[in-house]
Amino acid sequence: MTLRDFIDKLLGRQAASANTARQRLQLVLAHDRSDLNPELLEQMRREILEVVSRYVEIDLEEGDVSLETEDRVTALVANLPIKRARTTPLPASVASA
Amino acid sequence: MSRTILICSGKGGVGKTTLTANLGIALARQGASTAVLDADFGLRNLDLLLGLENRIIYTAQEVLAESCRLEQALVRHKQEPNLSLLPAGNPRMLEWLTPDDMQKIVGLLEERFDFVLIDCPAGIEDGFKNAAAASREAIVVTTPEVSAVRDADRVIGLLQTRAIEPIQLVLNRVRPRMMANQEMLAVGDVTDILALPLLGLVVEDEQVIVSTNRGEPLTLNGSRSPAGLAYTNVARRLRGEEVPIVDPSKEPQGLRARFSRLMQTKIF
Ligand SMILES: Nc1ncnc2c1ncn2[C@@H]1O[C@H](COP(=O)(O)OP(=O)(O)OP(=O)(O)O)[C@@H](O)[C@H]1O
Ligand SMILES: [Mg+2]
Repeated sequence: MTLRDFIDKLLGRQAASANTARQRLQLVLAHDRSDLNPELLEQMRREILEVVSRYVEIDLEEGDVSLETEDRVTALVANLPIKRARTTPLPASVASA
Repeated sequence: MSRTILICSGKGGVGKTTLTANLGIALARQGASTAVLDADFGLRNLDLLLGLENRIIYTAQEVLAESCRLEQALVRHKQEPNLSLLPAGNPRMLEWLTPDDMQKIVGLLEERFDFVLIDCPAGIEDGFKNAAAASREAIVVTTPEVSAVRDADRVIGLLQTRAIEPIQLVLNRVRPRMMANQEMLAVGDVTDILALPLLGLVVEDEQVIVSTNRGEPLTLNGSRSPAGLAYTNVARRLRGEEVPIVDPSKEPQGLRARFSRLMQTKIF
């Protein structure tokens, strides 16, 4: 955060637009570059969470699977805080129910 | 060994033709024999920016059909005879050009010029594909605006799948004050996002319009206007000279600029 952003926040003003532009571009380019449509991405996100939660209890509120892009390489980044491990994995059907 | 460079952008109206004209003249003035090929033959403009609109008789089309020789179709610039213009085609023959045609014509140009600059049409369809077919290197032109950067990104992806190398960036229409106030994407933002080396930075400059009115590119008379100098420096860098790039939003501009720099300080 820059000094300007900080003062803007204090005064309840809109932040300078360059920052917004950069963030929006990064997001839209991650999608453009991967050629994944949002629907497919959402489906994949759900399935990943399903599989992972068979093995560990995860915090679904905090969990996030998203696309990030840097140096023209797009990565699928999963950030899944683990509450606790399961001693035996749940069967596939139970977790998806 | 001649160098064939595609000048493209994806988005229209960001300054491809202006760069092609100024760069062509600047390279020629620096002693390199240069051809500029107008691949945007549907809406050709390069002739106008170079002041050569009244001297076009033939195009690459007639050369390929063998109804004239290459020398007859090339329009040599009177004041800067190291520069020649070749229109790819006639606006009335929209269907004619293929990637094969483009390769043939560029092959002929490469036999006699050090630099061949191809002014690419906007978009990523056939016009772009034709123009890219014969290119070995590329310059991507963009402005610091979200739509232009996004389209540039698409084009860069397409150039990379064609193994066009190197791909370098020219950032055009930079407004230093807006950048300093963080109301315009910073130079570093654009180069980071697109992950391309920066070949040049051109500020928004009224003299660009004055020079297009006259059909005399800024580089023709060695204009000291900001854009003129920037285009000349792009040519020098392209020829391997090391010319540092100055970010105009970071240049000292008195109290106001110092204040806006203070406001940009990262606090956490
Ligand atoms: N640095 C600049 N400062 C001011 N005006 C500029 C600058 N660069 C370009 N322009 C203006 O922007 C307009 C578009 O420029 P130009 O025709 O070179 O773009 P282009 O990318 O070739 O467009 P098209 O996609 O239609 O072929 C012109 O009116 C030109 O004068
Ligand atoms: Mg143009």
